[in-house]
Amino acid sequence: MKDTAIQVINFSHFYGQQQSLKNLNLQVYRNEILGIIGPARSGKSTFLTCLNRLGDLVPGSRVTGKILIDGQNIYCPGIEVAALRRQLGMVFATPVPLPMSIYDNLVFGPKLQGKKYRLDLDGLVEDCLEKAGLWIEVKDRLKTSALKLSGGQQQRLCLARVLALKPEYILLDEPTSGLDPISTMKIEDTLRLLKKDYTIILVTNNTKQAARVADRTAFFLMGELVEVNETGIIFTRPADKRTENYIEGKFG
Amino acid sequence: MKKRFRLKPKVEQKAVQFLLCLMTSIAVLILIFILAVILKNGLPEISLEFLTKNPAHMGREGGIFSTIVATLYLTVIALLVATPLGVGTAIYLTEYTFEGIVTRIIRFGAECLAGIPSIIFGLFGFILFVNKLKFGWSILSGGLTLAFMVLPTIIRTSEEAIKSVPAAYRLVSYSLGSTRWQTVTRVVLPSASPGIITGVILSLGRSIGETAAVIFTAGSALHLPSSLFSSARTMSVHFYILAREGISMPKAYGTAAVLVIAILLVNIVTYYLMGKYITRSSRE
Amino acid sequence: MAGGNMIARHEGSDRLIKISLLVVAFSAVSVLVIITIFIFEQGLPIMMKYGLKNFLLGQNWFPSEKSFGLLPMIVGSLLVTLGALVIGVPLGLASAIFLTEFSNRRVSRFLKPVIELLAGIPSVVYGFLGLMFLVPFIREKFGGSGLSVLAASIILGIMILPTIISISIDSIRAVPDSYREGSIALGATRWQTVRMVVLPAARSGLVAGIILGMGRAIGETMAVIMVAGNAADIPGSLLAPVRTLTSNIALEMAYASGEHREALFATGVVLFVIIMILNFLANLAARKQYRKK
Repeated sequence: MKDTAIQVINFSHFYGQQQSLKNLNLQVYRNEILGIIGPARSGKSTFLTCLNRLGDLVPGSRVTGKILIDGQNIYCPGIEVAALRRQLGMVFATPVPLPMSIYDNLVFGPKLQGKKYRLDLDGLVEDCLEKAGLWIEVKDRLKTSALKLSGGQQQRLCLARVLALKPEYILLDEPTSGLDPISTMKIEDTLRLLKKDYTIILVTNNTKQAARVADRTAFFLMGELVEVNETGIIFTRPADKRTENYIEGKFG
Repeated sequence: MKKRFRLKPKVEQKAVQFLLCLMTSIAVLILIFILAVILKNGLPEISLEFLTKNPAHMGREGGIFSTIVATLYLTVIALLVATPLGVGTAIYLTEYTFEGIVTRIIRFGAECLAGIPSIIFGLFGFILFVNKLKFGWSILSGGLTLAFMVLPTIIRTSEEAIKSVPAAYRLVSYSLGSTRWQTVTRVVLPSASPGIITGVILSLGRSIGETAAVIFTAGSALHLPSSLFSSARTMSVHFYILAREGISMPKAYGTAAVLVIAILLVNIVTYYLMGKYITRSSRE
Repeated sequence: MAGGNMIARHEGSDRLIKISLLVVAFSAVSVLVIITIFIFEQGLPIMMKYGLKNFLLGQNWFPSEKSFGLLPMIVGSLLVTLGALVIGVPLGLASAIFLTEFSNRRVSRFLKPVIELLAGIPSVVYGFLGLMFLVPFIREKFGGSGLSVLAASIILGIMILPTIISISIDSIRAVPDSYREGSIALGATRWQTVRMVVLPAARSGLVAGIILGMGRAIGETMAVIMVAGNAADIPGSLLAPVRTLTSNIALEMAYASGEHREALFATGVVLFVIIMILNFLANLAARKQYRKK
């Protein structure tokens, strides 16, 4: 029996009158990579932002149903949202380094929690950059602006910045959509390594990426979860005709 | 229909271009002339002595030291009061609420305030600070009146600056577990600071040059101000009195030159900052 | 387990910050309200006592004899403001059009900041130079004392030039280039394009700039006092002296007391109302432009 980390129960999300997620039911197991595929505007990214409640920031956003993370409903009142977001680190589609040095980007999260000791932070920075596969490239210029890095480096920096939060979950929203193949490969390698310590949810518009990296894959369409299964099964004998059509490139 | 005389489009174009060029030259020349006259007549008056000595005989003799000090005091008080209020308002409008009736009321209030002439601020400051609160004609009354006068400028420029901070920065900051306030202080304000500073400096320039609002609130005593409650005469008030009462034209020119140079410096710094700000935000 | 530490201590401090910021955000509105209340509280009673009509339409301002007719000042303010617009608007618009549409880029890039720098010159300086150069010039060429409607109009016209030029340039630049290209592709000359496409598209921005300049002109005090002559009579010609609402306050405030002082606040009330109407119009014009975008 696998250890269930996140359980989504009858979950719906609305922007104003429009329903963007329709009655989702889904489990995420510990230490797996769950790939989420689907055409644009199918609700994949919305689903991610519901998991760490970033969606709360959009005016007119509203949810029904439950999301249990480690048994705790994250939409029950009294949840400290900031702490929740530290648990579920998120990497966005376009790399967004904050306009400060590489070092300051990495310690941004830890410093919010009041961690100040230089030595601890130095160790953390090295550790996270190492894990994200960026340490060797930037170790001599930690104090230079993060905006000067290349796109691929910036995205790995964003990943390292998330790791510095010491999260249990990593949410990735099409993290390689703007990157070249080599940078993409580096990120995918990193994800495979991270799997043993983290539970990872990877939204991607590149079905091949899901096939390469994900343990299980979910297919979203128009805010609905069409099906979710072992990646091998989804890509060879999907249960639903729509999944098959999408994977074969008939639409999307 | 009467036959109307019409120029050929090409000829008309040339004529218009000439006319526009002429009018532009007139406008620009007038403005440059003003600057040139002030500097030409004023610069010879400026010396170390002029800047460091207090006025004597109603300003006929001596320098303008006490008026420089008074101007500094007044503008510092104005900015110390107006900056937190203005930036706070801008933060509330952009970060802490959605657009709605409240933001509309606040913006409308700020816009109306921006349109009120300085003499009305003068009247108001006179009644509230000088009379009702019994601060008398003083640095404090003048500074507070100026603060209210420049408040709308600071609100508007800060709001623009904060709005131009990319939304992605906020999203990243929240996703890294910061509260709203942490996002504001650690990400938004540092990114917006050049724009905010620009607004503060613009207000500084306006406070330095203001006369009508100051003369009824800070008074026009010529001595060196000794406390927040002493009456004081700013440079622009001093200049106004020298010129209007015909006390000393050379001293008036000298004061005007100091005033104009100070304001030009302030504006040039603003331009420099704004330029930096624009190149930075377009690069991102 | 992670669940435990996710339960919040309440985010009470964030709520506290929000409330404090809301209070701060109402500072501008409160200042506006307080100013309105104070000016009206001081000025309205005397207007009621002597009759609104006597105040607004009375032609004699003799505070010592309890005669508080503001008509000369109202006419004076409107007259010099109109004069300022007659001088400032054509020059300002022409400069803005020339600098955006006809001059080469380097010239406009150099001149716009210079013009905006000049917007910072204190109004007293404009008044002073008017007194030194313009007033003697008018005295010699046209006769009279030189302290006149004409002098005040010219000085105010020049003073509002930078405001009008810089706002007009901004709103002309905001017209998308595709409009111009479309018009030129149809065979229009540059000037025809400007007249028939660019200016109509930028119109409400230009109007807003002019109204802002107008507000500055009608609210100006010190510069006007220096060149206008300040006689409290309705001026019979352009060369006659004139007193505006603002000057009326500034000239007599220093020594006024009792009902005289209240009458000056009443002057403030009239000025305030005129300015608010202008603000309202400017708002309307600006909003129209916004909606179009």
